[in-house]
Parts: sequence; C-alpha cells; structure tokens
Amino acid sequence: MNEMTKVDAGHSVEIRHLDLQFGAVEVLKDLNLDIHEGEFLVLLGSSGCGKSTLLNCIAGLLEVTAGQIIIKGKNVTWAEPSERGIGMVFQSYALYPQMTVKGNLSFGLKNARVPKAEIEKRVARAAEILQIEPLLDRKPGALSGGQRQRVAIGRALVRDVDVFLFDEPLSNLDAKLRAELRVELKRLHNQLENTMIYVTHDQVEAMTLADRIAIMRGGKIMQLGSPDEIYNRPQNRYVADFIGSPSMNFIDGRLEGGVFTSGELRLPMEGYEYAAPQVSDGPATIGIRPEHVVTGELAASAPVQTEVLVELVEPMGSDTLVYTELAGERFRIRMDGQAVVHAGDRLPIGLVPAKASMFDKSSEVRL
Amino acid sequence: MAVAEEAGHARRSSPRADRKPFRLFHNLMPKIALIPMIATALVVFLGGTLWTVVYSFTSSGLLPRRNWVGLDQYERLWSSAKWIVSIQNLALYGIFSLVFTLVIGFTLAALLDRKIRFEDTFRTIFLYPFALSFIVTGLVWQWILNPDFGVQGVVRSMGWESFTFNPLNDPDIVMFGLLIAGLWQGTGLIMCIMLAGLRGIDEDIWKASRVDGIPTWKTYVRIIIPMMRPVFVTAVVLIASGIIKLYDLVVAQTSGGPGISSEVPAKYVMQTMFGGQNLGQGFAASTMMLLSVVIILVPWAYLEFGRRKRG
Amino acid sequence: MANPATLASTFAAKQPVHDRLDDGPHGPRPKRSFSRANIFLYGTLALVSIYYLLPLYVMLVTSVKGMPEIRMGNVFAPPMEVTFEPWVKAWAEACTGVNCDGLSRGFWNSVRILIPSVLLSITIALISGYALSKWKFKGSETFFTILIIGAFIPYQVMLYPIVIMLRDTGGFLTDIWQATCGVFTSAEGSCRGRIQLFGSLSGLVIVHSIFGMPILVLLFRNYFASIPDELFKAARVDGAGFWGILFRIMLPMSMPILVVAMILQVTGIWNDFLFGVVYTRAEQYPMTVQLNNIVNSVQGVKEYNVNMAATLLTGLVPLTIYFFSGKLFVRGIAAGAVKG
Ligand SMILES: Nc1ncnc2c1ncn2[C@@H]1O[C@H](COP(=O)(O)OP(=O)(O)OP(=O)(O)O)[C@@H](O)[C@H]1O
Ligand SMILES: [Mg+2]
Repeated sequence: MNEMTKVDAGHSVEIRHLDLQFGAVEVLKDLNLDIHEGEFLVLLGSSGCGKSTLLNCIAGLLEVTAGQIIIKGKNVTWAEPSERGIGMVFQSYALYPQMTVKGNLSFGLKNARVPKAEIEKRVARAAEILQIEPLLDRKPGALSGGQRQRVAIGRALVRDVDVFLFDEPLSNLDAKLRAELRVELKRLHNQLENTMIYVTHDQVEAMTLADRIAIMRGGKIMQLGSPDEIYNRPQNRYVADFIGSPSMNFIDGRLEGGVFTSGELRLPMEGYEYAAPQVSDGPATIGIRPEHVVTGELAASAPVQTEVLVELVEPMGSDTLVYTELAGERFRIRMDGQAVVHAGDRLPIGLVPAKASMFDKSSEVRL
Repeated sequence: MAVAEEAGHARRSSPRADRKPFRLFHNLMPKIALIPMIATALVVFLGGTLWTVVYSFTSSGLLPRRNWVGLDQYERLWSSAKWIVSIQNLALYGIFSLVFTLVIGFTLAALLDRKIRFEDTFRTIFLYPFALSFIVTGLVWQWILNPDFGVQGVVRSMGWESFTFNPLNDPDIVMFGLLIAGLWQGTGLIMCIMLAGLRGIDEDIWKASRVDGIPTWKTYVRIIIPMMRPVFVTAVVLIASGIIKLYDLVVAQTSGGPGISSEVPAKYVMQTMFGGQNLGQGFAASTMMLLSVVIILVPWAYLEFGRRKRG
Repeated sequence: MANPATLASTFAAKQPVHDRLDDGPHGPRPKRSFSRANIFLYGTLALVSIYYLLPLYVMLVTSVKGMPEIRMGNVFAPPMEVTFEPWVKAWAEACTGVNCDGLSRGFWNSVRILIPSVLLSITIALISGYALSKWKFKGSETFFTILIIGAFIPYQVMLYPIVIMLRDTGGFLTDIWQATCGVFTSAEGSCRGRIQLFGSLSGLVIVHSIFGMPILVLLFRNYFASIPDELFKAARVDGAGFWGILFRIMLPMSMPILVVAMILQVTGIWNDFLFGVVYTRAEQYPMTVQLNNIVNSVQGVKEYNVNMAATLLTGLVPLTIYFFSGKLFVRGIAAGAVKG
C-alpha cells in the first residue's frame, strides 16, 4: 500500500497567500499553511470561520481569488478536484443514493478509467480495511450512520490519494459512535500514513487526533502547533479562550518588574517562560486554566496562595466545577469529583504562575 | 530587510501568473449548456419585448417598417371604440373574477379543511376543470348557456315562460357568461393554493382560539386570513396575470360577440396584428397590455422583495 | 429587480402544495356527524360539486344523443337512446373549411407537436436548471431573473418578434443547407429543399419550448438546489464532470420531478390554442384550434351532439392525465401556476 512512506519529511500541501472572496465578503485572507507529509492536521475554529471554505479550496471545489495551492510540489491552484490527488469525506456522508456501496466505492475509479480487475482489487482491499465487506451490495439507505461514514471514507481510500480531506466527518454521529470512529480514524492514519486534513469544531477530536492543530478565526490562522503547544502555550488570548473546557479564567491587571498585580492579587511570575526575551511593563491579562488551580492540601505548597468564596458548585461526576470570584473577575476552578465544597464556603487555593499564560492587554498577544 | 520584502512581493504576485488567461473558457460546459436559456431570456423575452415596444411607434402595416409616427398608434388605439370596449370588458371581468375567485377559492378550501370525509373526492371534482383548455371550457359553457336548449330553455319548459337568462346574446351581461365559465375553470387552482395555505397554519392556533372561546368565523376573519397574507398575494398575482391573458375563452365562447360586446385586449391585438394587417396598432395595443402587467407586478414585487430585504 | 434566489423561493414556497395537502385538515372539527352545521357543510359542498360536474355531464349526455332528441329536449335530460354516431362523426367526418376528415387530423397534429415539444422543453429545462443550481457562474443568476420576469410578459407582446425570428432563422438555415449540402450529396435537385420554421410543426415545437422554459427551469433549478451540495462535491472529487454528474448522479434522483414536468407540459401544450393559431398553417392546426373551427364554423346546420363529442374528445387527454396522476398533477399545477 505505502510506496509513499516518509522518505523526505517534505511538504505535502502548501498554501501560499490564499485569498478567497464571496462577492464582497472576504472569507480567507492571505492565508499561509504548510502541511507535512503524513501529518494529521486539524483545522479547528468556531462556526463560520472559514474551515470548510479552506478545505474546499484545497479540494478545488472553490475557485480561489488569489494565491497558490501546492500539493506534493505541484501547483494545483487551477487543477480539477480529481487531478489533485485528494479524497474528501463530508459531514453528511454524501453517498450516491441510487448506487450500491460497491458502486459508490468504484465510481471515482470508473471515472478515472481504471481497469475492471484493478477496481475489484482496490474495492475489496478498502472494504477489508474498513470492515464493510458484508455491506458491499447494499444501498446507502440501508446503512447506519457509522457504516455510511465508513463507506464515505472508503470512497477516498480506493482512489489511493495523497491527501485525505475530512469536513466534520463525525459530527452527524451520536457521541458513542463518534468516539469509536475517532479511534478508528487514528488507527487508519497510523496504518496508511497519508496526509490528513481534518476540519472540526470539536476540541476533543482535535486534541486526540491531531499531530498539529491550526486554530482559525475570521479566515486567518491564529495559531498552528501541536496539541500540547496549543493547550499550554496559546499564542494569543483568542486561542487560550477557545481551547479548554471550561475555558480559561482571565484577570486583567498590570505586569511590573516581573510581578502581575490586579487589585489585592499579586502574582510573582517566577518560572513563567516569556515568549520574548524582553518584556516591558504595562497592562496585561493573565489566564489561568480552571484545572491548573491547586486545591486541597496541595494548595499550601503552591507558589501563590489565596482564598476565594464559593458561589456555586456544579458536580459533574468525574470532576466538580466551582464558581468563585478572584480579583473582581469570575473565576472557575475544576476540582476532583470527590471534593466536598458548598456554596458559601471559603476555599483556599494555590496558583502556579509557571502554568499560566500572560497576554498583552491591548494586542492580546502572549507575553 | 529590503531583500526579504522583495522576495515577499515576488511571491505575492506570482499567483497572478498562474491564473488561466481566459476565465471565460473555464468550466465551459455549463456555459454552453445554458446557451438556449440565455438566448431565450435575452433574445426572445428581452429583445422581443423591446422590439415590439419600439415598433409600436411606427406605422407598420402588413410588414414591420421603421417609419416613425410617434404616439399616433396610441392615439388611434385610444380613440377606437373596440379597444375602449375591450378595456372596459377586461376591467369588469377582472374585478369580478378576482373577487369571486378569491372568495370561492377560500371558502371551498376552508370547507374542505374542516376535517370532512371524501376530501379527496371533492378536491378532484373542484380541480378537474383546470386540466381542460379554455377552448373546451368555452365551448361547453356556450352549449349550456344556449338560449333554446340550455338553462333558459330548461327553466321555461318547466313552466316559467318569461324566464330570461341568455348572457351570450345579451351585450349587457355577456361578460358574466364568460365569468361563469372562467370561474368554473380557474377556482380549483386557487382553492388548492388556499388549502395548502390553511394546512401551513399551525394547528395550535385553532386550539388556542377554541380555548379562548372565539367563534369559528371570527377565527377565520381575524386570525387565519391575516396569517395567510402571502398566500393571498400569490393568488392575486396568479389570477391577475391570468386575466390579462384572457383570449381563448372569448374566442371559443362568444367570438367577441354579440357585436363587439365581449371583445378583450388580447383579442384586439390578435386581430390587428394577424387579421387586420395593422401591425403598428397591434404593437401599441400589446405594449399597453405589457404596461398593465408592469403596473400590477411592480408594486407586488416591491412589497414582496422590498419587505424581505428589509426583514 | 429582486434577486432571483428570493424570487424563486417565493414560487418554490408554492411547491410543497402537494405535500401540505397530504398533511390532513387543520380546521375545527364539526361537532356531531348529523348536526345542522354538518348537514349545511356537506349540502354546500354537494351543491357546489354539481356546478363543477355539470359541464362534464352535459358534454357526455349530449354527445350520445341524436339531433332530433336534442331539439326536443334540454341539455340536462339523460339520453333516451344512446348513439355513438356523433363520436364517429366528430372523429372522422366533421368539417373545417374544405377538409372533412374530422378531429382525427387535429389529434394527430397535436400528438406530433406534443411529443417533440415535451421532450425538447424538458431536456433544455433539465440541463439549464442543473447548470443554474450547481454550476453557477458570474451572471447566470441575472439571466435566470430575466427568464422568470419573462414569464409574466403577455404572450401577445412577443408573438410577432418570434414570427420574424422563426422566419429569419429558417431562411438562414436554408442558406447554410443549400450552401453546404452539395458536400454531402451529388444528386441533382436534392438541395432545393427549404428549411421552414415559421408555419411548421418544428417552429411550434420551438415556441412551446421557449414559453415552457421559465416555469420548467424554475422547477428543475429548485429541485436540484434541494439536492445537497456535498453530493455534487463528492462526485466532482470522484472525477465526474458536468455531464457525468448530470447523468450518473442527478438524473437517477430526478424521476419525481420529471413526472411533474411531464404532466405540466403535456396538459399545457395539449391545451394550447394561441400558439397553434399563430405559428402553424391550417393543415397542421392542433386539436384545440381545429375543435374551435369545427364548433364555431358558421356554415351548415349546428350538430350539437357532434360538437360535444368533439369537445369531450379534445378534453380526454388532459382529463385522463388528471385522473390518473392525482396528486402529482396538483404538484405540477402548483409549480406551474406562475404560468398564469
Ligand atoms: N457560497 C457562499 N457565499 C457567500 N458566503 C459564503 C458562502 N459559503 C460560505 N460563506 C461564508 O463564508 C464564511 C465561512 O464559511 P465556512 O463554511 O467555511 O465556515 P466553517 O468554518 O466551515 O463553519 P462551520 O463550522 O459552521 O461549518 C461564513 O461566514 C459563510 O457565511
Ligand atoms: Mg463547515
């Protein structure tokens, strides 16, 4: 199957200065993105930020206004979708309703005039990989959602493409099936080692599947990095806010001489890795993830200690969400599921500046 | 620094070079496939209409000619008794047809919507005339309204000797003879549209009005009909554009008679254009028809789409 | 004017007529089955039904009576003696002008007009609707808007320009044919033939295709627009082109809308009178035109039974379609209602 192993870790898909407009509306603005050979890249962003649009541009289903798309070193900006070496899987499966599963799988190959014997072989192999052999003679109408999505993936699989494009492939499935297929996709990627570009607005999917995540907003990429980087070192306040559930707590204040202050609160930023070697004093925002707040006995050993008043407690089974206030801002804390807290309690907490993120107040860029 | 900028600039502009030179030929097939439609829209509909309007300012007789006479044709048109009668007839027919079609269509739809049995049968009966042509419609009503053997004859033969109902030979009421036939043919369609409108209304409205103790008729008048405004607008547009085209029915049922008492504009156009070797008159008359459509449709389009854009 | 998408959706809103009619009634339920209100309700409906059914009944009974019986009785009386003579006469002997071969000529003319017109108009509209919904390009919506506005222009405005267009196109094609035909054949005189569009069946076929276009294109465009874009995109990724997607993906899904379009066109074209009068010559008159000429001819004694048999014969084709297609017909006319 894999002639195209990671011999050179070159670029599989390169996007250069891509602009796309629908009439007067600019949906993608000077977008640049390099995707490595064999990489699993997730495009993550809120609804309407242009993820699908970008994917459709890569697929050749939308004409770009300006810029270049290069796949495997070949400029395909104006090539037909079928000439780009891409396969695409859609949210609504988009199976041809009047064809059998087999017909669906072989449609692309027939269009490419692949010999019959070869078609048979490839369909059989794809069916085996995806475990849909018993379904080959059924029509899509007689399949479950999960089976349909498998067939849709198979349609890309048989064509032996370089790049797989997924547009929210799992969002029409129920939660359990989604988790199942997610694992299966990961397995598939390990097995095939193709480049995969995957659009989603589900953070869990993004975190679990991605080699790298590109966070998009308003047609621009806000940050491109590994899940770990995105989670622990968000490059700007938007990304910090977007990733993580419940989302990060933000407190506005000032950074002066390496100490962040906001009202009563004083956080000496010892151990914090600044993004730039020189940081000037000025207004800043600090972001602390609810799960990074230390509680219980450990709170005493944290670098910074304080006490907050519990306003509301949301027990969620595996953990407990505690709503409090810190330095005049709403402050959420994620505690253990077994934690015993009640509204009105005073809760001692510990903060770890090294794990926090700090942003310039006006530019919202990481300090 | 300058070098980097240079490079960036070169990169930025290079995509231009990749552009296919003729975007017109990109995805050529859909453009070719649309040629018949585009030709119809531009050449026949737009071009043809403009042509007729332009030639209505000429003295074209047997053949179209470009000798301009200004508004002469229109002056002649509006001083022609036949045209005036045609306009009056159409106005009369139009008003009655509009009112009766709406009232009958809505009433039938409301009756059918009252959870009755045999709804399908009644609907089939009310709608079948719409499948028939105006020629068939006109001819069969011509026969039913025949003074000797039709309605009048039947009533007289039952003993009421002085009974008179002879619309097709009475210039005063001949338009009502046409109206009876026109309503027979066209009300079924409006009933169907109204019925669909009624079915589109949330059933909870009825429950609410029953809980509030509002009488049925009042619910219709105060709640249902105002809610069906868009359906009524559609129905009015349909009826109106049908009225302006009134032609076949007249030809079949009365041939414009007795005398010229049931002439209509469309028939006037046909006669002057193809019968009277008086093309200019025909063009002027048809331009007037176009104008009346514009007068009806523009306010509708404005209301309909203006509201939508604002909303 | 308005943007065509909204314009189209206004009309599309009428398309679910059929589906909504299946919904079942919403109005208040009459209280008891034999209440006064109920008797009034069914009484009204029955009375109205008589008005609607009467002409059909009159046509039927008149067409099977003999002339003496008609002269004696009235139009509503049931026949004392049933005869099919009038039907035979209407079909095979009734006269229009000098021709006395009955309505059969008009019937076959109508069939000859109907089949190519239906095929051509639906083919063009299908392809146009598909291109307009799935292969939009700059300006395509504008052309569509013009087409839809064209549906509201009175036919009389465009009648004469079309006469000229048909005549000139015919002449132009004749020139081309005569100039190039020598290449294909050397037989003497075989290149004399003229291509005539005005005053011929082929011209009428073109006219029907033109005037059927707005409503049919609208019908198909809205139908294809309702097919998910993702399906279309998947097919493009799979390497199918304009025609491939149309024939392999879209067409197999279009059977219901094709039937609706067919019903719409068959009844519409069969019932046409105006275009038949204007664009054909006497020998080629469609059935409606010939029917009108037979019944309204001033010469000879009026044979009412033959007239009604002829009228019923002419109405038979659309009536058959109506009674057999049922709800599809409703959907078709609801979509076709814009035709006015
Ligand atoms: N055909 C179109 N014409 C005009 N605007 C469009 C068109 N398609 C998309 N847009 C706009 O482009 C923007 C990006 O759309 P896109 O479908 O890429 O969003 P997305 O990130 O995929 O969102 P979602 O998560 O909801 O799928 C949206 O604001 C949308 O309104
Ligand atoms: Mg999307």
